[in-house]
Amino acid sequence: MLNGSTFIRRELMIRIVRAFDDGTLENELDQIPIKLRPKNSVASRCCVYHDRAIFKYRLMALLGVSVEDETDESKSLAAYYAEKAWGGGTNDTKPKTPLSVCGPACSGCPDAKVVSTPNCRGCFARPCVYNCPKKAISIVGGQSVIDQSLCIKCGKCITACPYHAIVKTSVPCEEACPVGAIRKNEYGVAEIDFEKCIFCGKCFAACPFAAVMERSQLVDVLAAMKRGEKLVAMIAPAAEKQFPGKIEQLLTACAKAGFGDVMEVALGAEKTTEHETAEFIERMEKDPKTFMTTSCCPAWVNLVGKHLPDLVDHVSLTPSPMVYAREIVKAKDPNAKTVFIGPCVAKRSEARRKDVDYVLSFEELGAILAGRKIDVIACEPWPVERPANPTARNYAKSCGVTDAVLTEATSKIPGFKLDAKQINGIDRKTCAMVKLYAAGKMPVNFLEVMACPGGCQNGPCSLA
Amino acid sequence: MDKIKVEICCGTACYLLGAANLMSIEDEIPAEFRDKVEVEARTCLELCEKENLGGAPYVRFNGEEIMAQATNEKVLARIEELVGGAA
Repeated sequence: MLNGSTFIRRELMIRIVRAFDDGTLENELDQIPIKLRPKNSVASRCCVYHDRAIFKYRLMALLGVSVEDETDESKSLAAYYAEKAWGGGTNDTKPKTPLSVCGPACSGCPDAKVVSTPNCRGCFARPCVYNCPKKAISIVGGQSVIDQSLCIKCGKCITACPYHAIVKTSVPCEEACPVGAIRKNEYGVAEIDFEKCIFCGKCFAACPFAAVMERSQLVDVLAAMKRGEKLVAMIAPAAEKQFPGKIEQLLTACAKAGFGDVMEVALGAEKTTEHETAEFIERMEKDPKTFMTTSCCPAWVNLVGKHLPDLVDHVSLTPSPMVYAREIVKAKDPNAKTVFIGPCVAKRSEARRKDVDYVLSFEELGAILAGRKIDVIACEPWPVERPANPTARNYAKSCGVTDAVLTEATSKIPGFKLDAKQINGIDRKTCAMVKLYAAGKMPVNFLEVMACPGGCQNGPCSLA
Repeated sequence: MDKIKVEICCGTACYLLGAANLMSIEDEIPAEFRDKVEVEARTCLELCEKENLGGAPYVRFNGEEIMAQATNEKVLARIEELVGGAA
């Protein structure tokens, strides 16, 4: 979704690509914040200087530097740029934690509470007072007042008020985080607890101050291309409808942009379907009362690993489509470097575990295409050996994996029945539900989980 | 009377920076103006380089007049003015 945060992030990405291609990035980097906010221009935050300071951190994140690791405030962006081993490639460029909070950008939103607004008419019926289970509301000077020491934020008064005078304020990142991993520290600034974080990216998408930043590999990819390395673009199935035109046209656009080869990750998804179906049948034969859950959503795998120990043995051991796609690439050319391109934050953590060299978001790919003046719609379709199966391309949608496994199973065993349920988006509610399942109340034998509502196509780094 | 020509830049830069939302404009033009306006989605008009990247998405009217940071509301309002002026 486009808003001020996504706009500035994309604008900076495009500027980086253009300057990199012109060979002027090192000189230009420190000028960009000033160019974007010259003195006397309209500031988005308190003043142009605050805006510029945040742009600098944003550019640091785009260079792949963790904002939290900053030790020397006076260090220039040019120095960060020069420090990276652009010539080598032996460096471990993979970000350890894909997300970081930029303290100076965080607004330190006040804690969530239920408050009465001046819309209150001090009415006679006073449904707020009568419906409050904690007797926290009183009328003072013709206005309802909520005693915060008594309020339990149940929201009954909010629904009861005919004037919509009572509202719940929120801390968007805390509200979005399904596992309570983001909290304000003693300075009132949001901080991510990486012991708990599942890298779903929901805080990244939710923060209205764009204080949660994704550590990018954009410049690493540009530099690898310049070194002449063969990079293979592996396009996630969620790419459908992200850019104007068809997936085959997007493949051509990637090849034009400098990737040595291109492929659909959906070809890897075909293998996931095949193996996951076989695994499911085998598990059911061993124990008809057991259940299995999907393994392709990395945020879900992280959630199980960090928060749901009882479910660990039930997660499918079948590798994800990305991992199979990597195998296909490496079988063809063992020296090729793999670049997963998708809408996902958590894939960055999976890529690190599974030896995928780089991950780009659709935004970052878009910036490369924009910087190199490639319009997807103007590209010819890529001559694919064969298009991926429709069921494999549907992996990016909720129910997609279930459909694929069911189709595969019924083709092998006529009349095969799958007792399936889908968790369409991980949030606090579904998290609590899954915890119940983990405690022995699993209602089905096949549980598909997608961290993003609707599936990967609505991922935190999607364009549409 | 010549039709009013509205070119929406659908180059990747403009697309990323908001042109994706402008695609619905054709359906939003009031019925009485429809035969007076011609909306065209174009590949990159290169305005993001000549003008300013932050001005995207760009729309061009009658081949010369440029609108920066175009939104559906702004474009529709300008179409209305242009049709009114030509009538």
